[in-house]
Amino acid sequence: MIRVFPALALLAMLGPIAAGLLGTTLPAFGLLPVVGRTSISLGPWRELLDQPGLLHSVGLSFGVGLGASAAAFVIALGFVAASYGTTAFAWIGRLLSPLLAVPHATVALGLAFLLAPSGWIVRLLSPWATGWDRPPDLVTLHDPWGLALGLGLLLKEVPFLFLMVLAALDRLDAPRLHAAARSLGCRPMTAWIVVVLPRVYVRLRLPMLAVIAFSTSVVDMAVLLGPTTPAPLAVRVVGWTGDADLDRRLLGSAAALLQVAVTASAIAVWLTVERLATWLGRRWLATGVSGRNENWLRLPLAALAPLCLATAGAALLGLAVWSVAGPWRFPEALPATIGFEAWIGAAPILADTLSVTVLTAVFSAGLAIILAVGCLENETRRAVTPPPWVDWVLYVPLLMPQVAFLFGLQVLFAATGIDGSWGALVWAHLVVVLPYVFLSLAGPWRRLDQRWAQTARTLGHGPGRVLWRVTLPLLLRPVLTAAAVGVSVSVAQYLPTLFAGAGRLNTLTTEAVALAGGGDRRVIGALGLLQIAVPLAAFAAAQFLPSLLLRRRRAPDAARRRNEPYGEGFSRTGPARHTGPNASPRIP
Amino acid sequence: MHNRRLDAFRLLLIALLLAAVSPAAAGSRPWAELIDAARGQTVHFNAWGGSAQINGYIAWVGEQVAERHGIRLVHVKLADTTDAVARVVAEKTAGRHKGGSVDLIWINGENFAAMKRADLLHGPWVAQAPNFRHVDVQGKPTTTVDFTVPTDGLEAPWGMAQFVFFHDTAYLASPPPTLAALADWIGREPGRFTYPQPPDFIGTTFLKQALTGLAANRAVLAEPVENVDAAEVSAPLWAWLDRIRPALWQGGRAYPQSGPALQRLLADGEVSMAMAFNPAEASAAIAAGTLPGTVRTSTLDGGTLANTHFVAIPFNAAAKEAAMVVADFLMSPEAQAHKQDPRVWGDFTVLDVAALAPADRRRFAELPLGIATLSPEQLGPALAEPHPSWAAWLEAEWERRYAAGR
Repeated sequence: MIRVFPALALLAMLGPIAAGLLGTTLPAFGLLPVVGRTSISLGPWRELLDQPGLLHSVGLSFGVGLGASAAAFVIALGFVAASYGTTAFAWIGRLLSPLLAVPHATVALGLAFLLAPSGWIVRLLSPWATGWDRPPDLVTLHDPWGLALGLGLLLKEVPFLFLMVLAALDRLDAPRLHAAARSLGCRPMTAWIVVVLPRVYVRLRLPMLAVIAFSTSVVDMAVLLGPTTPAPLAVRVVGWTGDADLDRRLLGSAAALLQVAVTASAIAVWLTVERLATWLGRRWLATGVSGRNENWLRLPLAALAPLCLATAGAALLGLAVWSVAGPWRFPEALPATIGFEAWIGAAPILADTLSVTVLTAVFSAGLAIILAVGCLENETRRAVTPPPWVDWVLYVPLLMPQVAFLFGLQVLFAATGIDGSWGALVWAHLVVVLPYVFLSLAGPWRRLDQRWAQTARTLGHGPGRVLWRVTLPLLLRPVLTAAAVGVSVSVAQYLPTLFAGAGRLNTLTTEAVALAGGGDRRVIGALGLLQIAVPLAAFAAAQFLPSLLLRRRRAPDAARRRNEPYGEGFSRTGPARHTGPNASPRIP
Repeated sequence: MHNRRLDAFRLLLIALLLAAVSPAAAGSRPWAELIDAARGQTVHFNAWGGSAQINGYIAWVGEQVAERHGIRLVHVKLADTTDAVARVVAEKTAGRHKGGSVDLIWINGENFAAMKRADLLHGPWVAQAPNFRHVDVQGKPTTTVDFTVPTDGLEAPWGMAQFVFFHDTAYLASPPPTLAALADWIGREPGRFTYPQPPDFIGTTFLKQALTGLAANRAVLAEPVENVDAAEVSAPLWAWLDRIRPALWQGGRAYPQSGPALQRLLADGEVSMAMAFNPAEASAAIAAGTLPGTVRTSTLDGGTLANTHFVAIPFNAAAKEAAMVVADFLMSPEAQAHKQDPRVWGDFTVLDVAALAPADRRRFAELPLGIATLSPEQLGPALAEPHPSWAAWLEAEWERRYAAGR
């Protein structure tokens, strides 16, 4: 029974992607039998190339996506390198993790109000410093160069990469390595870069590629912050594939494949740069390094990540203020009055979208947990070590641009009549939720000492009973944390809901993006706050439920400590080492 | 495992086939029978969902039809009406001729023309609806001719629209009365005017308004675009747009993505003017607190575009009976008066108010006009919409000229 889980998980995760890709590829070459298009043609490609500003859109997706990813990489690693071992490092780390649970769209909504010519920054400086009693005519949002979009991506990718670094550091004896390099005369930042970074990067590579894939094909953030004359490619793909004109849909399918090529080439460029950097790094090392002059670089590197954090914090605070704002005219820095009209007035909409969001998140995360536990238990029972390609397979949903397979999947869902149903929505979410849940749970699961289960088996218990009574209680905290990761990934999804929800099922994220165009900013603020509240509630539950559920058990924390039934940590309690929220991978 | 999946699939297939051969529902049955059949049905009303006021009104309609007819109304909030048209097209192409996902759709103009042309609409049914007799088909000819296309009973009139501009008197005392004066003012005060980016509905309407005002011979606009020399007819429009572009908000590098987005720029003070297709929208927005009380409405000398918006039922709607009952309720004097209240939505009625029963007439007489709403006399002449084919042509041409990157 347990043996079916790996196949089931693969089918649940890769099935929709493979089917969706096929469903996108055929129309791109003129094949859409349901509407009587049965002859292969390059027509859609010719029409695509005729679209005004196509190259411009491609350039934006490639340039902004890769640029923002590279900047996030430098800022996240620069911060770790520059502040490793200091108190600032610990503090910022604690503050960055909750930011990871905030959906991209929420950050973008807040950032839009912060940066707009009539936004918070200009208001705080006007008119006393700027002399402006009306908003200046400055291009700060939707700028044709994609800078606002790049900044938005950056704010979300820095915490992701930072936490991936933490998770990687957790598996190295980094403090000792670092100390050894320092004792050889290296300054702290140089020591970290020379000794620790190469080991960390090995584990950071796939997450980094996921960041690039996401950034080059993002839609929700690009709609909220990105250029419009023309828009980045992925945004236009969504427009074309939803067009009433069927020819435009064929064209959109071709554009979706073009998006795959754009993302793939951005990844290829990164891998080339990586080779080059390795080669240069070796030569640099050979000259003998100590980093005597690192201080001029260390300070700015240490400051950038906290600056990102402060910007994101201000953006989210802005949403909170807007949700209770009365009249708030430029250039007032704060609303004239405070009230809860928006919350009350929008209560039915808020309640509707909140319930869809929570149900979808709980079901997709729950299914993902079942599949992940099944796969990992199968590993444990059959004592198999997963081959290295499993990691790559898990990353397929994170490396594949969502627009590429979701349109094809929508066609299939519509053809089978399940589009806009709960099943379709949960399944579309599961595709993205499962890898994160699995990656989050696999580490703690594989590190659990086998002797716990062996002891129980020698006492005569069957494998099922051991799973329920020993393994799962021991791993309750990581399981719940992985579920919370799944919930937050699901809440953040935009395109899967847009395509599989078929307009009938709307989550907080799709509703917020739809209203962002022109809805009441107070309601948008309320939606944004709820978007944050759901994942935070999930993480709070993961934090507090275990002690509540397991309070009758002796020393449940022993499992978190060292996972050794007979080891020295047996009955001691202590902070989570591998299973805290820091070890959790999450949406880039 | 595999077998069970297959069986489930087969069951589904059989269920679909059975649904397909069951006798067609809702023909020209008596209305009372229709009301009985509608009870318990769920209507997925696909309507643009970008305005809190309109969403609030639709929610009110939902409460009313639930109470009166036992109908569950679900507002499917669209970003663009073409999304719903596309869905019906997809369902037809996928062979889903029954149990479609769209029951009622808020529609007019090019979307109606496209659906009518492709036989995607249920009907004719509108003449059967008891409340249709209140509609002012004489005084408001656009209630039966939608953008030059006859409605043929396939869509029920819901509200009247006329294109208007808003201005914030705190920044602009008297709005420019002509397109030429508008261009002069834009040049004098750069950065304070823009329009929603086509193909947004309001943005496209602005193009059509400017084209109607600038074209040498307005009559050719009633022709399908492929029958005339569109480049020559539209040349004055592009010259005018080229002239204002450098002085637009953000230098024309970015455009607001919808009418409400433009309204928000007005509320934020970034621009001094906005535009809408609802003469009472400014008053409603002031009442809702999303526009400051200093905003007023204006039109252009020589008139602005006017049309009617409708509701229609797709050919494969799952709840045709209930959709018709809801559409009839939308045309009732009570629902129309509630809709015209500027504190609710402020959308003008399609009914002939003078011919209503005294009690219903009073409903309308008691409505406040709204602080920023023009009276019908002040609104000025209503200009006819160009043929629907112009919209797509103007949108494509606009994109090529202004949204292809520089």
